[in-house]
Amino acid sequence: MRLGKVIGTVVPATVYEGLTGVPMLWVQPLSKHREPEGCPIVCADGTRMAGPGELIYYESSREAALTLDPWYVPVDDAVVGIVDSLRIEGEAP
Amino acid sequence: MILGTVVGDITSTINHPSCDGRKLLIVDKITPDRRPTGDYLIAIDIADAGAGETVLMIDEGNSARQILRAANAPIRSVIVGIVDDIRVAPEGERP
Repeated sequence: MRLGKVIGTVVPATVYEGLTGVPMLWVQPLSKHREPEGCPIVCADGTRMAGPGELIYYESSREAALTLDPWYVPVDDAVVGIVDSLRIEGEAP
Repeated sequence: MILGTVVGDITSTINHPSCDGRKLLIVDKITPDRRPTGDYLIAIDIADAGAGETVLMIDEGNSARQILRAANAPIRSVIVGIVDDIRVAPEGERP
């Protein structure tokens, strides 16, 4: 899993069956110091509770779809949880 | 498996049920001489690791689900061991 920040939402007009109603979020991947790293990605929101501005962690590949029900859906990245606090040793929280 | 150093932790209340009650650690990936590669992972800890420790982790879904005994856990990275010592054979002695 990796850190990301939700920077927006995506509303698809047509989706593959099983993905109807699944929130799609525009996520900027972050380094462990919360600095942007690479291009933003679209994540399915497995928690259904994440929103713009929030710090989240997401999983990629086959495991991403397992956050959803039904899980046999074509999904590449998905939000697994919302970060309450992040602590790096030797750094102020 | 991947070598890493635990550098921090994450707490989270809203998450997938498979993460409930699990410890999430931030792990820097390292080379065999313990230098950070610059990449990191957030992993579930089942080995009771702590900050500063060198750990062994997996980043593969099927093994992770087997270890967590959860058939539908959306988890790939799990810390499975704590490393005591790494010995690398000198260049000339390698097979």
